[in-house]
Amino acid sequence: MIDDTDRAIINALQGGFPVCDRPFLVAAESLGLTETALIDRIAKLRADGVLSRFGPMYNADRFGGHNTLVAIEVPEDRFDEVAAIVNAFPEVAHNYARAHRLNMWFVVAAQSRAEVDRVLTEVEAATGLTVHDMPKQREFHVGLRFEA
Amino acid sequence: MDVNGRDLELIGALSGGLALQANPFAALGQSIGMDEAEVLARLQDLRDRGVIRRLGVIVRHHELGYRANAMVVWDIPDEKVSEIGKILGAAPEVTLCYRRPRRLPDWPYNLFTMIHGRDRLSVERALAAMAEREGVAHYPRHVLFSLRRFKQCGARYGRAMAAE
Repeated sequence: MIDDTDRAIINALQGGFPVCDRPFLVAAESLGLTETALIDRIAKLRADGVLSRFGPMYNADRFGGHNTLVAIEVPEDRFDEVAAIVNAFPEVAHNYARAHRLNMWFVVAAQSRAEVDRVLTEVEAATGLTVHDMPKQREFHVGLRFEA
Repeated sequence: MDVNGRDLELIGALSGGLALQANPFAALGQSIGMDEAEVLARLQDLRDRGVIRRLGVIVRHHELGYRANAMVVWDIPDEKVSEIGKILGAAPEVTLCYRRPRRLPDWPYNLFTMIHGRDRLSVERALAAMAEREGVAHYPRHVLFSLRRFKQCGARYGRAMAAE
């Protein structure tokens, strides 16, 4: 379980991590922690799966990267098999089962639209299922900050 | 405004995450033959230009107690979707808001919003209240709760992709 210090770290460091030679030292000072304590806490949060990573969230549009949301109607008895195929692609960033006839939803992210297309073609070939490609046309809001 | 080859190398090297050590940017630079000063200067610039939206902890919302994750999709007339997208994108309940293409006949929805909450009931209540408050309750919508998460990791971009 996470404690109040972990919560303070999570709430303070969803963005705004210093870019300097000793960033953990700078961040630790404003949290009233030592540099080592902050690093150890973050390592534990990551090991425990509370954090998916400590790193960047990119705006891929700004450097020519592409991503799309993909939906597939997967027969119930093939769900695990298809999930394993899809998840094996490093370009698949996340994948959720959702309650709908289109029941598998995942994001494909790559450096170019051609790479995204290649992944979609390969997923169709490997699964024999139709993929519904729904690329972002316009972004209105990206928040994804969660209070711990 | 251009993101050049050196930036892309850095973007690729950073995409897996930052080393948890006292000098993480020096370590990052070492992996691609870039000195720390150049790493810091490029990262500042990429952040200032919005290429890096955010740098820090990326949480698994489920593990933080946000157990209900709803993709709420809307069928909004094309001529209204920009206006409604801005309204819902600004709503405090919404964590992500995108316009995406319809895929008729299977999929009539063109505006995608995510709402996260402690449980399904709280998400449904938040959605209903938001729809009334923002004047969008009359548009067709559908809620797709997540049932299982199969994978959640960062998107990988940049030169590191080509090497994999």
